[in-house]
Amino acid sequence: MNGFDFERLVVDDVSRHFGRRRALGRVSFTCEAGTVAGLLGPNGAGKSTLLSIIATLAAPTSGQVRYGTASAREAGPAIRARLGSLGHDLYLYPELTARENLEFFGRLYQVADPRARAREALERAGLAERADDAVSGFSRGMRQRLALERALIHEPRLLLLDEPFTGLDDGSAHALVGRLRLLRDARTIVLLTTHDLDIVDGLLDQAVFLRDGRVADVQRPVAGLRERYRQLVAGGGRA
Amino acid sequence: MSDPGSLATFLRVTWLVTRKDLTVEMRSREILYTTTFFAASCVLVFAFSFVRDGRPLDAAAAGILWIAIAFAGTLALGRTFERERVNETLHALMLAPSDRPAVYAGKLAGILVLLGAVEAVLVPLVALLFQAPLFAHPGHLALLLVVGTLGFAAVGTLFAAMLVRARSRDVLLPVLLYPITVPVIIAGVRGTAALIAPDAGGVAAARAWIGMLVFFDAVFVTLALWTFEAVMTE
Amino acid sequence: MMRRSFVPVLALAAVMFAAAPVLIARAPYETTMGLVQKIFYFHVPSAMMMFVSAFVCGIASAVFLFGRAPRADRVALAGAELVAVFGLVVLVTGPIWARKAWGVWWQWDARLTSSLLLWMIFLAYLLLRRYGGPGADRLSAGLALFGMANVPFVYWSVNVWRTLHPKTTVVPSLDPAMRPAFWWAVLAFTLLYAAVFAARLRLEDQRARLEALFLELDE
Repeated sequence: MNGFDFERLVVDDVSRHFGRRRALGRVSFTCEAGTVAGLLGPNGAGKSTLLSIIATLAAPTSGQVRYGTASAREAGPAIRARLGSLGHDLYLYPELTARENLEFFGRLYQVADPRARAREALERAGLAERADDAVSGFSRGMRQRLALERALIHEPRLLLLDEPFTGLDDGSAHALVGRLRLLRDARTIVLLTTHDLDIVDGLLDQAVFLRDGRVADVQRPVAGLRERYRQLVAGGGRA
Repeated sequence: MSDPGSLATFLRVTWLVTRKDLTVEMRSREILYTTTFFAASCVLVFAFSFVRDGRPLDAAAAGILWIAIAFAGTLALGRTFERERVNETLHALMLAPSDRPAVYAGKLAGILVLLGAVEAVLVPLVALLFQAPLFAHPGHLALLLVVGTLGFAAVGTLFAAMLVRARSRDVLLPVLLYPITVPVIIAGVRGTAALIAPDAGGVAAARAWIGMLVFFDAVFVTLALWTFEAVMTE
Repeated sequence: MMRRSFVPVLALAAVMFAAAPVLIARAPYETTMGLVQKIFYFHVPSAMMMFVSAFVCGIASAVFLFGRAPRADRVALAGAELVAVFGLVVLVTGPIWARKAWGVWWQWDARLTSSLLLWMIFLAYLLLRRYGGPGADRLSAGLALFGMANVPFVYWSVNVWRTLHPKTTVVPSLDPAMRPAFWWAVLAFTLLYAAVFAARLRLEDQRARLEALFLELDE
């Protein structure tokens, strides 16, 4: 892929408030290429808001997110070409078939051969036989697999995942973990939020703990995830 | 591969979005059928409401046509964006590597095609029910319908997109849209009346209204393209 | 600057309003309409303030939308509310005048109709802000921009639409002897507008300050 690229994601003093409610307060951390980072914290900690801002869908009240040295204001379209996102709601068109969804997004991201890429993606997701069925008939697990392939169809540098393990059975969850490891080896930055600490223990290279919109701790490398999480949530302390 | 911020990418993304919208619509044809039927019911309700000597007012044909277009258009806009809300696919479109207004342009083109199809049924229906010589000047009428619908849809597409995540969006869309599009309705109705009633000004008057609408469209499509990203970023 | 000048400006406006009836009484009677025409000393300045406020709101909305300046949003809100208030004055005095002058409350006079539409656009702004949920401030800013851009089109289309009706409006040409009273009224209304706008903006500024304090408490 030619064009713009970046080697690190820098979240620099990002704050976001809605009236008097603080969603994020001076959040800062950095992720290098080839990292799987987790945004962890209780509900309402600001994880989804932060992910929205990093995805360029929302703007911070203060602070900045830099992709390499570029910011979304300067280079929005170029940054989005290297960005993949999988939200809670999966971003799939139920009326279109699996193949059509993949080809549409492939074309949108100007991938080299959308049809071939779509075919490969369907194989990887194990959906080759259902390729020409409308997505509305798929189970949650099937949609999740398809949605992941959709997010990766353009080989993004930065992959954002909001609660990707929700509703996945054991096998699929482990398959996802394996996939994320492969992406990490290919120097992708994977940033995910999750409540499934057991699944990601061993996967994460970096853990950013959020509490009430603030960074409570950053661990790199990660050790004793569940313990640290409990400490921070219960103790209310800041590292 | 073209530069993500370029015009070529903009046009490509616009085309992809429009094609996707039309593909999705052709699968079920839900919006097309329900909107057309709704427009026809509107026409009937108004025909029964505006009566003189037990017959519908022939002079009301122009007004009724455009009211039906406005009401049907509002419904179609709401439904189209509801589809993008269901799986947050509007976010996926906003994440596309292009200038974001391309998404607006794509949606606008899709809505225009849809409303064009509805009007293709509506205009003959009104002509029939009101014995209105709507086809006396078919070229001018077609042009009037195009620029008028474009004006209405240009504002409507932006507002419907804006309201996708707002509360009370179903009622707020007409609340916002109708006052702003009054000039379009006035131009559409007076222009149509000028074309069908011999004493209402004729083709010259219709041309003046078409001129105003062209100007309106230019201003508001530009304004919409210009504000789309700012309004859609939270 | 605004806080210090608020009381003097308000006082000056009050004095001018107190003196206005004298000037208005001294102004000559308009030939066709007689006494009732004098309502125009309230009607026209209110309309002028309404349009000024609409532009203030539109421009502030543009600044807020593209510059992300929170104060611009507060200015826009104050402006929109004053469009509603002064617009109400216009739409009440207009029909009163029309009733006495022409016998009907409303006869689709071009200017009054345009004012009504503009008024409704800004009422829609206020409805959107109130009921649109979070993020409605940016959406309303978009609407205000569209509203402002619409002003010439509304005026033109309603005007042309209106001339097709048999009745035409009788707009009095301004007799030179009426001018002092008229411009006095315009000045008084401008001062009133400035004072009320400043007060309203101050309220919003205080609210924002309160929220900032709440946020600071969290630190």
